[in-house]
Amino acid sequence: MKYIYELHRTMLDKDLILIYEGEITQDITKSVLSMAERNMDSYGEQSKIKRKVFNVMVECLQNISKYAVPMEETSDKKNSAVFMIGKEDNSYFITSGNPILSRNVKDIAGRLEKINDLDKDGLKNLYKDIIKNGKISAKGGAGLGFIDMARKSGEKLRFDFEPINDEFTFFSLKTTIPRKLK
Amino acid sequence: MKVLNLAGTEDTPKVVLDKENEIFEISGRSLPEDSAEFFAPILSWIDEYAEENNSETKFLFKLEYFNTASSKLILDILSKLEEVEGVTVVWYYHEDDEDMQEAGEEFEELVELEFEFETY
Repeated sequence: MKYIYELHRTMLDKDLILIYEGEITQDITKSVLSMAERNMDSYGEQSKIKRKVFNVMVECLQNISKYAVPMEETSDKKNSAVFMIGKEDNSYFITSGNPILSRNVKDIAGRLEKINDLDKDGLKNLYKDIIKNGKISAKGGAGLGFIDMARKSGEKLRFDFEPINDEFTFFSLKTTIPRKLK
Repeated sequence: MKVLNLAGTEDTPKVVLDKENEIFEISGRSLPEDSAEFFAPILSWIDEYAEENNSETKFLFKLEYFNTASSKLILDILSKLEEVEGVTVVWYYHEDDEDMQEAGEEFEELVELEFEFETY
């Protein structure tokens, strides 16, 4: 049972206030959002910051519920993913990790790199271009989630790909939201 | 013309589209699982309204939050309203919500419609 204590210690050491592991659906998204809102309310977080955290959480969770792929070996787990929110003195961080198809790594990495290369106005123009000319995908996405996360946070998106096997790669994404807005 | 009246939920906005009483309003939170499906009846209602629209239409958006898929559908609504004579968009935002203010300003830049901004 020691791992429970260790998990608890890790959460405290890493300033994690919420961890969810499992399938991510719309209902779970709603529950996680309301838990995080309540948590931020409990220490009287500014509504401005709360809205930004909420915003990034929604895009992150809905990305997973739309695009995460069930791994064959663990298909009983559906689109199993991990989602975490942490709070440090000066920022919140929202982290997610989920398996994706390895063949999509290049495309996702390219999109994220392009976003990280843009400044505030560049992001605004990319957003306007996609909202105007893009189409809602079969999965119901507008192709704007990552851009919105970068815009609302005002920080670079951090990401990593960890190969699982030939077919699947674990995709991690971290967005930081400063608690003192510029 | 029939009234479209949807009660808001924790992930879908409240919608009232009522030609006779001149109420055109979308408010609350919009983060449905399938935004295209949720907004479809609103878009068809506007299509029908455009055939016999009132001389003036004040279309209110009072959104506290919307996801990116909803933002694409909001642009679709605005694009349809562009084709209707006499439309003013009233964009409400919370007084300290600069992101919502900016979102309204961006929509204003994307369409040829008159916008009024109001805070609450």
